[in-house]
Amino acid sequence: MSLLYNTSVLFGKELRTEFRSREILTTTVVFILMVIVLFSFTFDPSAAESRRFGPGLLWLAFLFASSLMLQSCFLREQNNDTISALRLSVSDPFAIFLAKLGANTLFLLCTELLMLPIFAILYNVPVLPVFGPLILVLFLGSLGVSIAGTALSAISAQARMRELLLPLLLLPMLTPVLVASTQVTTGLLDAVPSIQWKGIGFLAVFDVVFLTLLWLFGEYLLEE
Amino acid sequence: MTKQVLSAAVVLLLVAAAAYGALVVAPTERTMGTIQRIFYLHVSSAWTGLTAFFVCFVANLLYVFRRKPKWDWLGVSAAEVGLAFTTVVLVTGPIWAHPVWGIWWTWDARLTSTFVLWLLYVSYLLLRSLVEEPDRRAMFSALFGIFAFIDVPLVFGSIRWWRTQHPQPVVMGGTGSGLAPTMWYVLLFSWLAMLSLMSLLLLARYHVEAMREELDIVRREVEVV
Repeated sequence: MSLLYNTSVLFGKELRTEFRSREILTTTVVFILMVIVLFSFTFDPSAAESRRFGPGLLWLAFLFASSLMLQSCFLREQNNDTISALRLSVSDPFAIFLAKLGANTLFLLCTELLMLPIFAILYNVPVLPVFGPLILVLFLGSLGVSIAGTALSAISAQARMRELLLPLLLLPMLTPVLVASTQVTTGLLDAVPSIQWKGIGFLAVFDVVFLTLLWLFGEYLLEE
Repeated sequence: MTKQVLSAAVVLLLVAAAAYGALVVAPTERTMGTIQRIFYLHVSSAWTGLTAFFVCFVANLLYVFRRKPKWDWLGVSAAEVGLAFTTVVLVTGPIWAHPVWGIWWTWDARLTSTFVLWLLYVSYLLLRSLVEEPDRRAMFSALFGIFAFIDVPLVFGSIRWWRTQHPQPVVMGGTGSGLAPTMWYVLLFSWLAMLSLMSLLLLARYHVEAMREELDIVRREVEVV
């Protein structure tokens, strides 16, 4: 029970910190927007090509953005010297991770929801008819990205060249998320939309596996 | 010293015998011809690389739970050796593929997941080079190694289900696949030879790491004085 309470308190703290500055949200939104626009310069997509390549580049943009955005979640604690206080304040360090990854998932989802209509307009892909399943994929994908990213940002925050290190650690590890969520999104945005439950199930499995790993090994990530 | 020379000689003999087996003993494959003989190096290296990564994974787990520096040394040694063997796989693959498939590379499940595997362990070594403090480096790289190893089946599954248009694996594949008995013997012998080579490299690398640690201790003592 105390895990839930601790998590919710820390989660509130993460949200307050972010909504006071809104640094992460604004920079991430602008970054994704820039990537989406730049992608369209590298190839001039027709309607059919947009359906085929659009989901992939959307997820790539999300992945790159998250590998930059997730930097700050432990770096901020590191810079303010609050990491020891944080560790002392809760009995189970898993609560710290749960709060941070919950907040990161929420931030990612917010930016994705903001980007979705812009993507739909710029690439002429209708998203409204499949909005429900799309949200599910976005949630499961973002959750996977956040779980792995939060764990790895605890590592990269304490290394040299940390800004470069996190993407290097994170991106290869997220290959399964990229492949599966792109696949499901492509199915949803197809001319004849289809829901690929296998891909959705796979994303759920990825999330559960990494959440379990974090639960088992999280405390070692925060050791002095 | 003599022990090392002796074991190196044995490994050399084994590798030479495996090469003889692959080039002379094994029958020529019907459709692919002589080029198929690279298979014995390619597949045995792949299996050996995976074995090394498994050793790395076990060493990582042991480090996290036991905190003995020796498990860290074993972990980094196994990762480096595994990376070397996987590099052999990634180099021999295109050499084999070009005459047979007509292309150097295809984004097939096994090729792609091997490549991602290679990238994951490159990241593992990069991470080690970027964390200064020894205990922290050991713990972080051990945790990353555990995550990476658990990630590998997921990578393979995702790519196999959604990113491949290629035939069933020949070895341990579905019906209609299979190897002639002699080919099997040669392959298994090549694997044995590669495993012995892996063990030799692993031990040598482990000793280097152990000596580096000793050197560090001595250096620190000198600085204190």
